[in-house]
Amino acid sequence: MQFEFNSSEPIYHQVAEQIEDAIASGGFEEGAQIPSTTEISKEFHINPATVLKGMNIAVSKQLIEKRRGLGMFVKSGARQRILEAKRDGFFDAFIVNLVREARNLNISEEALLDLVKRGYNQ
Amino acid sequence: MSMLEVSHVSKSYGSKSVIADVNLMFEENKIYGLLGRNGAGKSSLLNIMTNRIFASAGEVKIDSESVADNDSKLGLMYLMSEVDLYPNGSKLSQIVSDSELMYGGFDHQLADKLIEEFGIDMTQKFGKLSTGYNSIFKLILALCLPVKFVILDEPVLGLDANHREIFYSELLASYSENPRTFILATHLIEEIATIISDVIILDQGRIILNQPVEDVLARTHSVVGPKNDVESYTKGLNVVGHDNIGNIRANYVYGDLDDRRLPDTVQLSNFDLQKLFVFLTNQYEGGKHHEN
Repeated sequence: MQFEFNSSEPIYHQVAEQIEDAIASGGFEEGAQIPSTTEISKEFHINPATVLKGMNIAVSKQLIEKRRGLGMFVKSGARQRILEAKRDGFFDAFIVNLVREARNLNISEEALLDLVKRGYNQ
Repeated sequence: MSMLEVSHVSKSYGSKSVIADVNLMFEENKIYGLLGRNGAGKSSLLNIMTNRIFASAGEVKIDSESVADNDSKLGLMYLMSEVDLYPNGSKLSQIVSDSELMYGGFDHQLADKLIEEFGIDMTQKFGKLSTGYNSIFKLILALCLPVKFVILDEPVLGLDANHREIFYSELLASYSENPRTFILATHLIEEIATIISDVIILDQGRIILNQPVEDVLARTHSVVGPKNDVESYTKGLNVVGHDNIGNIRANYVYGDLDDRRLPDTVQLSNFDLQKLFVFLTNQYEGGKHHEN
């Protein structure tokens, strides 16, 4: 978790996203315990209710689970689920903007594809 | 459920009104931020709530019972403020013992931890403390006394950045461990913006905002783009402030956007609590200006 927060998105969203990113990058391993609400609250100066709200989003996405009396743990298969969701969202999150910006710069479809190829070859 | 209620409270000195018909409800186990410019009436309000000064009208209640001269209710609140209530010649450890007797308890375990973290010498005399350590000592009392309402007026006055970090962390740790109601009155809005759950803005003795922070932030919109496009997009909306750089204009809207179509040239995002505070509490001044 790097936890740099910005003010343009609700904090609980950002908490959920950061947990997701930490799982995707392997920072939080499957089956391992993640920091408690209190730890995150204390470390990053965030109201515990806000942290909990973010955690609950990750719970509802089947990424983490509560083990009674122990804390929150990363569910098995969580990383795979995140990667799949990110692939599903790839078009909207990246391609739409890429094409818009390319159009603004008068970069043709062909030229853009060449650039993508160049990126892969780097 | 312990509820702290401020009901139709007003305060004036002669013909000068400092608090004007304030109504507030502090619920159990929430962290409130009380914001206001210098002279807005924050300290007066907090002093009235804790019976240190008297309201000209209205009353303050805990669980529907007035707190005025009601020791059992007053004992549920602790107000930490700039005003020093302790004798200068007393040792800090003596003040702790006296306060423990008065409030019927003290969390020594937490106090020891805080004393070590802040590096404060408890054998010192109260009157010898620097501004920073004066605040720190009173914060330790506030966090360790067994009260349901911890009221902190300028809690980080004189604290350096390191000590402020410690304070915010320990505040949240203590709150998680032992949930109770906190009211933080401060000018350092950015530092508490993610700590508080609800924000109250006092301006010239009146409450102009009292809502969960999350709801407030969801209603802030900065609209940036070419001047004409921005102006036509925000027409009829509640524009509370603006910036100009050349022909690029930013209009800051507080309120809901209807489903009007956003031009391609215009960018929409949210802005933060401090910015909103500045706009909302400036507006009054601007308004007054027009009258003159």
